[in-house]
Amino acid sequence: MKIALSATGKNNTDMVDQRFGRAAFFVVYDTETDSFTAFDNEQNLNAAQGAGIQSAQNVVKTGAETVITGHTGPKAFKVLEAAGVLIYLAPSVSLSEAIEKFKKGELTKIDNADVEGHWV
Amino acid sequence: MKIAVASGKGGTGKTTISIALAESAPCEVFLLDCDVEEPNSGLFLYKDTGEKKEVSVLIPKVDESLCTACGVCSAFCQFNALACVGKYALVFPELCHSCGGCAIVCPVKAITEVPSVIGEKTVYSVQRKDKSPLHFIEGRLSIGKAMSPPLIRSVKKEAEDTIQNDPSLKNSITIIDCPPGTSCPMGTAVSGCDFTVLVTEPTPFGLHDLKIAVETVRKMSIPFGIIINRSTAGDDRVVRYCEKEGIKILLQVPEDMRIAQGYSRGMSLISSVPEYEKEFQSVLAYIASSVPAKEGL
Repeated sequence: MKIALSATGKNNTDMVDQRFGRAAFFVVYDTETDSFTAFDNEQNLNAAQGAGIQSAQNVVKTGAETVITGHTGPKAFKVLEAAGVLIYLAPSVSLSEAIEKFKKGELTKIDNADVEGHWV
Repeated sequence: MKIAVASGKGGTGKTTISIALAESAPCEVFLLDCDVEEPNSGLFLYKDTGEKKEVSVLIPKVDESLCTACGVCSAFCQFNALACVGKYALVFPELCHSCGGCAIVCPVKAITEVPSVIGEKTVYSVQRKDKSPLHFIEGRLSIGKAMSPPLIRSVKKEAEDTIQNDPSLKNSITIIDCPPGTSCPMGTAVSGCDFTVLVTEPTPFGLHDLKIAVETVRKMSIPFGIIINRSTAGDDRVVRYCEKEGIKILLQVPEDMRIAQGYSRGMSLISSVPEYEKEFQSVLAYIASSVPAKEGL
């Protein structure tokens, strides 16, 4: 299974970016191979509008079935939900810590957007 | 002749000045409230009941039985208003700029454009003392809608069509009360005007935002001049700036208790202090003389 994490950097020691649509990077963790692949999200970070929608679409394209992020706004949530992607919220911890917490079942799954758009 | 009344900073007196110009004009005059997110010119005018029309834009509608979620539309959309995941494309109407491109590029013709109401425009007639009635058109954006430029264009077109279809309005003046700032709504309101009046106040904020507005109208190649409102309330920084830049100061309206008292009772500047009418007529005469190759007043 692939898990996409919004990230402040490319490495598993970097933090979970608390923003989804305007996260600096997305890092996809593959549970089967225990490997990390990073995707630059700069285009959406600087998008005039629709960053959440576009980021969600890109995450779906990576084949990820689960997202771990800080917060998710309504439009990103709508796209992820339509694609059947599960969303878990993590505090500002490193990516490897977030994955550990996810495996132990310590992260909260959300069934609705947890923030308004443009919440930061 | 079309005159835009704009400013960088909000709250400098665009509406006050727009109404004063419209009430003073010694000819047929249109006043357009293009500050559609918060139209307030109408508060100061004794209007009739008016004639209301809905204003719509076209947004995509996806036929879910035809859509293959191929992603061509969402890749084309520059505004991220479409997302293709799952079985069919999702539409986010609030981000759509109504370009219609998605319907053209869709390979299976699953997208049609349908109207979506964004606001309304109302055409009023307002009596003026000893003058022809004022043609007043107000644009009002619906609550929750964000796309004001199409509504602003629609309000301007309403006036243009009326003028075109009535030869007696050929020499009329159109005054446009613009939205504040210098982003798309302001640009849309100012675009195509023969002259822009920039209203400012003699304060650090007033000057800061005035400079941005000046850069904007210069880039749009629209002749402009400045009215300093509440000119005695601050210092001479705006005057010094205009002298340095060679910008015409059309009028200075001093801080005047009579104007403030009238305003608080919903009275226009001219109704509160009638002697200002001549000053505003001079401003209009100056603008008419400085606008090349157009019918004058």
